[in-house]
Amino acid sequence: MRVPILKQGNYLIASIQSALSDEDLLQLRDDLGTQVGRFRSRGAIVDVTVLDVVDSFAVRTLRTIAHMLRLRGAETVIVGLQPEVAFSMVQLGLTLGEVATALDLEEGLSYLDRGIKRGSSHG
Amino acid sequence: MAEVMAGAPRVRVRISSAADIVTARQQGRALASELGFSETDLTVIATAISEVVRNIVEYASQGDILLTLVHRGNKRGIQVVAKDKGPGIANIEQAMQDGYSTSKGLGLGLPGARRLMDEFEIVSRVGQGTTVTMKKWVR
Repeated sequence: MRVPILKQGNYLIASIQSALSDEDLLQLRDDLGTQVGRFRSRGAIVDVTVLDVVDSFAVRTLRTIAHMLRLRGAETVIVGLQPEVAFSMVQLGLTLGEVATALDLEEGLSYLDRGIKRGSSHG
Repeated sequence: MAEVMAGAPRVRVRISSAADIVTARQQGRALASELGFSETDLTVIATAISEVVRNIVEYASQGDILLTLVHRGNKRGIQVVAKDKGPGIANIEQAMQDGYSTSKGLGLGLPGARRLMDEFEIVSRVGQGTTVTMKKWVR
């Protein structure tokens, strides 16, 4: 199922609605990559609140999304990782590396706002 | 230690593509929830299943997941068997090390699944296939 991406001012919000297949994740990656350009977004939030499992493929793809978007001048924040999911990721030995995370959509938006205010830009 | 008693597998999921990954872990979660596992343990089990199924899809293209309810004395648990007739693993010890991967993965599937589950066994023969048997007990 395609993840809906909404534009909110300078940002894109990808709100995952249900369990994602590998194909859905790759589609999300491609869609965000394109939309950042179309809307000149400075940031993207990927809301994973609904995901009951984040496995190695999901982590890899989220990291790819963040790196890709950074190359196009946008910051990515993953929000809504559930406690059980966070625990499993730690047990599995998965890290999101340098990818920013925040508790929820509100915190994610604050994080992006702070970034824009600082006028940060990344290479 | 008391012997593990297992009935016939309750659920079998045929794995033939990445689309089956979500099915296998949802079935695992559903069966495990019958035993009263905590939310955390349900997620842990589903994640471990996801990783071993991923391994099947990546290396063997197809295989089976068999889910069975087991008990040992008073303890009840779920057993997950992931079987394939793929190329097999030449060096199991190496495959069980974090970060080792012969493909483009992070190399975490097997050691990761082992960390998540309470018991983990792997039998593999080059040219014949691999069987992973893992169990989680209700605490």
